[in-house]
Amino acid sequence: MRGDAFGLIYAGEQIYNLRELVDMRAVGALPVGGRYRVIDFPLSNMVNSGIRNVAVIASRNYNSLMDHLGSGKSWDLSRKSDGLFFLTPFANRDNPGVYRGAVEALKSSMDYLKRAKQQYCVFTGSRTIYNSTYDDMMDFHIDSDADVTILYNKLANERWDGPRYEDARISVKKNGEVRRIEIDAEMSSLDCLVMDAFIIRRDLLVYLIDESVARGDYHFTGGLLRNNLGRIKIMGYEYKGYVSRLHNVASYYQTNMDFLDPKMQTSIFRGTNRIYTKVKDEVPVRYMPTAAVKNSVVANGCIIEGEVENCVLFRGVYVGKGTTVKNSILLPGCEVGDDAEIENAVIDKNVSVRNRTRLIGSRDYPMIIRKGAVV
Amino acid sequence: MYRRKKTVAMLLAGGQGSRLGALTSVRAKPAVTYGGKYRIIDFPLSNCAHSGIDAVGVLTQYQPLELNTYIGNGSPWDLDTITGGAFVLPPYIKGKSGKWYSGTADAIYQNMYFIEQFAPELLIVLSGDHIYKMNYDWLIREHKTKQADATIAVLPVPIEEASRFGIMNTDKEMRVRKFEEKPEHPKSNLASMGVYAFSWPVLKKYLEADAADEDSSNDFGKNIIPAMLKGGERLFAYEFSGYWKDVGTIRSLWEANMELLQDYPPLNLYDDPWRILSRNPNEPPHYVDAGAVITNSMISEGCHIYGTVINSILSNGVTIAKGSVVRDSIIMAESEVGEGSVIDMTIIDEEVKVGKSCRIGDYADATRKIAVIGKRAVIKNGASVGAGEQVGVGDMIAKAKSAKTAKTAKKGGKPARKEAKS
Repeated sequence: MRGDAFGLIYAGEQIYNLRELVDMRAVGALPVGGRYRVIDFPLSNMVNSGIRNVAVIASRNYNSLMDHLGSGKSWDLSRKSDGLFFLTPFANRDNPGVYRGAVEALKSSMDYLKRAKQQYCVFTGSRTIYNSTYDDMMDFHIDSDADVTILYNKLANERWDGPRYEDARISVKKNGEVRRIEIDAEMSSLDCLVMDAFIIRRDLLVYLIDESVARGDYHFTGGLLRNNLGRIKIMGYEYKGYVSRLHNVASYYQTNMDFLDPKMQTSIFRGTNRIYTKVKDEVPVRYMPTAAVKNSVVANGCIIEGEVENCVLFRGVYVGKGTTVKNSILLPGCEVGDDAEIENAVIDKNVSVRNRTRLIGSRDYPMIIRKGAVV
Repeated sequence: MYRRKKTVAMLLAGGQGSRLGALTSVRAKPAVTYGGKYRIIDFPLSNCAHSGIDAVGVLTQYQPLELNTYIGNGSPWDLDTITGGAFVLPPYIKGKSGKWYSGTADAIYQNMYFIEQFAPELLIVLSGDHIYKMNYDWLIREHKTKQADATIAVLPVPIEEASRFGIMNTDKEMRVRKFEEKPEHPKSNLASMGVYAFSWPVLKKYLEADAADEDSSNDFGKNIIPAMLKGGERLFAYEFSGYWKDVGTIRSLWEANMELLQDYPPLNLYDDPWRILSRNPNEPPHYVDAGAVITNSMISEGCHIYGTVINSILSNGVTIAKGSVVRDSIIMAESEVGEGSVIDMTIIDEEVKVGKSCRIGDYADATRKIAVIGKRAVIKNGASVGAGEQVGVGDMIAKAKSAKTAKTAKKGGKPARKEAKS
C-alpha cells in the first residue's frame, strides 16, 4: 500500500436488532460463515493491505472479542514493534466509561493515536463483511488530495434488500467528492451506502476528534464528518465487490446463507487475499453412514448422523440420527439429539437440543436459541 | 544453567518409509498425511506437548523439506516456549568431517551438544513413524519409581505376529532380561514401540562407547539395548495398552485410515484433553453441493464436494466434481477430481489433478489392491489406472496409454455407476 498507515477498528457498535446474539458479545465477535468472526474481515483486510499496526477499540461485551483476538498471532499481528493493540474503555476525566459514540471512543484512544508512527489512519467499524485490500482506496485518497475518503457501495450491488434505514448514505459528485451525508433517513433518495471504512491523515483525525468532542458530537459519520462537509475535502470511493452489513437477525441470517453460494465463496475465499481467523485443532468432519447433507457449509469438528440441508454448521456441531436440520445456522459446539427437527433457526453456541424437539422459525424471522440453552 | 530441563525428547524422523512407494519419494515417512488433516509426526509431537515436554529435537535426514516446513518453530504444538522449542536437527559437518546419521543411536550421539545444553536427567527417544496417544509422563514416573536406567515402552502383540517386532523378555518385575530383534521363536509377546526413556548420564556413556566401536551398526535395538543389558544396567519394560499403529506399508496406511471410519474407531480423535495438534491450513469450512452425496467419510476444510464420496477420507482443499464417485479412498490436500471420474481403493497424494471421466482403481477387483497416485501427478481426461497400480510423482497419464487398461476400466466402471445412483 502506498503511504504508511495504521488501522483502527471501532468494535463498539450497539446493534440491538441482533437481539440475543449480541447480549453476551460485541458484534465483531459474532460467528459468521461457519468458521469466522465478523472482525476477521476488517482485520484481514488491513493485514492484506500491509498494515502492521492495528488497534481495536472495544466498548462493551468485549470478553469474547478479546478471547478471539488474543495476541493477534493468527493475523500475523503479534509483533515486536507495533502489532495488535486492544483498547478497552476506562473511566477518567474525559470519559465516563461507556462511549456515547465512535468519536468519544476515539477521544479515549488519543494516546494511541498520538503515538502511532504512521501517517495515515484506516478507520473501520466491525460489522461489515467484505474481502478487499485498502490499496486502491489509498491510491485514490492520495491522488485526489483528499482529507477524508469514505468507502461506499451502491444500493444496487447489495444482496440484502430488507429495511436499511440505519446506514449512513452519501451522495457523490462525478469526481468523487461527497456532496451530502444522510443518517437514519427513513426515505432516503441516496443510493451510496457508507461501508464504515475511512482513510484520514492521523494529525487531521486527532484535530477533528478534539474539535468534535468540544462541540458534543459523538457520531463519526453523522457528526464529525457531516459537520465538516465543505470545510475539508471528503471524497467517496466505490467498492464493487460483495458487501454485507449486520443490522438485525434477518441480515445476519442472510449473510450466513450467502456463504452457501459457490460464486460468493470463490470471490471471498479463493482469491489471493485470505481471511484469517483463530484456528483450533478440530478433527475433519465425520459423516456417519446415515448422514445426508445438501447445499451446506460445514466446519471441522462436526459429527453428522442426520439430514442437513441449506445450513451453515460451525465447529464441533453434532447432528443426531433421524434429525433434520434445514435452512439453519448452528454456531460452535451445538448438539442436536436424535429425531429432532429444526428449520429456519439460528442456534447459538453450545446449545443442546434434546431428542424429538421441534424448532421451526420463519424464513424472514428466524428463531434464535440463546447461547448455552438446553431445549 | 538457564536452559536446564529435566526431560528432553529426541524424535527420530529420518525414516524413509520406502514401502510407502510414491508417497515417501517426496517426503519422509513422519510427514505422510493421516486422517485427513494430520501428519504422522503430529502424534508424537502432540504427546510431547500434552506430557509437558517442551524441548524436542527432531532428527531429520531423508527428504526433510516438507518436514522442516511443517514443524517450523513448533508453535502448532505449543512448543515455542522461552526455554524450550522444537529443533529440527539434520546431520551437519563438524570440523573437517561430517557424516550422515548411520543409525538411530548415531543420530542421538551426533547431537550430544544439543542435548547437553539442557543438562537433562532424562532423555526420551521417540519414533516419528507411529500413530498412538501416550502420556510420556507415566513412562517417566515408572522409570523413576523403578530407579531404572532405561525404560522401554512395550505393547503386547499376538504371539504369532511377535516375530515381526523387537521382543522384550521380562521377569515378573518387568525387568528386561533379554532383547531379541525379530526372533524366529519369540518367548514373549511384548514388542518394543520404539519409545524409550533413558537416564541421560548412563545413555551418554553407552553412546560414546558405541560410537567408538567401528563394527556397530549404531542402532538402539541392535546395539545400545543389548550393550546396556550386558553392562548390567537396570532396564524395565513399561506396558502400554492402547492404540498403536506402524503405518509402514500402503495397505497399513490405508487400513489405519479406514479404521477411523468405523462406528467406534479404535483411535479416539475427539479426546479433548489429548487433542491431536497440527499445523492448520487457513481454509474456509468445506462446501457440500445440493447434488452431493457423502456417507461414512471424513472431509476436511476447504473442500468442495459436488459428487459422491463413500467410505473415504479427504484432506483440505480437495474438489470432487459433479458426477464423480470416490469410494474407499484417501485423497490428500489440494487434489482435484474431474467430472464423471470414478475412484476406488486409491490413495491420491497432494495436488493431483484427475481429469474428466477417469477410472482409477477397480471396485470389482477381488484382491482389493490399492492404487497410488503420486504428488502432482496429472491423470488426463478419460485415462485409467488399474487396481494396485502406482503413478509416480508428477507423472502424466494420458487416455490411450494401452487398450487393455481401457477395457478393464470399462468393465469395472459399470457397477460403480449403478451403486452411485441407488
